[in-house]
Amino acid sequence: MKCIIVDDEASARAIVLELCKAIPEMEVIAEFPNALEALKFLKHNSVDLIFLDIHMPKLTGVDFIEMVNNPPKIVLTTSDKDFAIEAYGYEFIVDYLVKPITHERFQKCIVKLNNAFKSASIESTETQMMQAEDEDLYINIDRRLIKLKFRDILLIEAQGDYIEIKTQQKQYRVHSTLKKIKEKLPQSRFLQIHRSFIINFTQIIDIQDNSVLIERSVIPISRSNRPELMQRLNLL
Amino acid sequence: MAEQPNLDYIKEISGGNEDFEKKFLTIIQTEFPKEKNDYLENLESDNLEESAKIVHKIKHKLGILGLTGGYKLAVKYEEDLKYGDTKLKEEFKQILQSVEEFILKIA
Repeated sequence: MKCIIVDDEASARAIVLELCKAIPEMEVIAEFPNALEALKFLKHNSVDLIFLDIHMPKLTGVDFIEMVNNPPKIVLTTSDKDFAIEAYGYEFIVDYLVKPITHERFQKCIVKLNNAFKSASIESTETQMMQAEDEDLYINIDRRLIKLKFRDILLIEAQGDYIEIKTQQKQYRVHSTLKKIKEKLPQSRFLQIHRSFIINFTQIIDIQDNSVLIERSVIPISRSNRPELMQRLNLL
Repeated sequence: MAEQPNLDYIKEISGGNEDFEKKFLTIIQTEFPKEKNDYLENLESDNLEESAKIVHKIKHKLGILGLTGGYKLAVKYEEDLKYGDTKLKEEFKQILQSVEEFILKIA
């Protein structure tokens, strides 16, 4: 988790920095005594998280929130308890820490952050999957462009200078390579599991030893591709 | 007996890291006198809105130094200043005095 600290008080920045040091996944890449410097930094750098003070001279934390493009997750740090309700009006504000911040409260904040990042990641995968449902691919067969829906493709097999695309209804033999078609397929749905096979892993029926069953086809899994496949599965 | 500043919070945060404790106290020794002077100057000039902003910063340090009562008073005083009320200024001044003595002692 790459983060920055924005606070005009050096003592407040030092405390957040020290608290972050105790969290292995937290990497403080910069700290700023005012919001303007932080804005400049964010024009050329991306971060996952900002610890942001609200009461700062000239540009306040609220001004900063309004000005930052594509805001990452933000944790507010302030001595003003009354801002809490207003703060949660912004979806990217994950937590609100009242100074002086205790170890215990900081740990709770880390749990909240981990949950927020997890939800964001699931949401993004689901969005990709939904997009992939609707997208399609055109293949050239005898000078005819045939439209295939990604969701209908079961697997693709390399066969010399050709690839064979199997759908639930038909099989298509196309002059192309696995490498070329792989670039056109959504990663959220397709995975290469062998030198000669790409599968639509949402169509897997079962996995046994070193093979995958998709409809009636048994596809080998190469040793090098197995870890990625296992990682992508929602294992109980 | 009046509440006295202490290093309990700093020690809790440091987890025994003496380098952090030293570095942190140096920051407080630099920041606090400046904030105190800014506050007094603004109060003298009757710039109460700015005084309230500085009290807001100082109250964080009162919390850091374990001054629970001082922190509560600062919360009230900050609000009062926003409405032009300075009746807590003497009590607040005494708290500032005790913090100043403390940071000189630990220097």
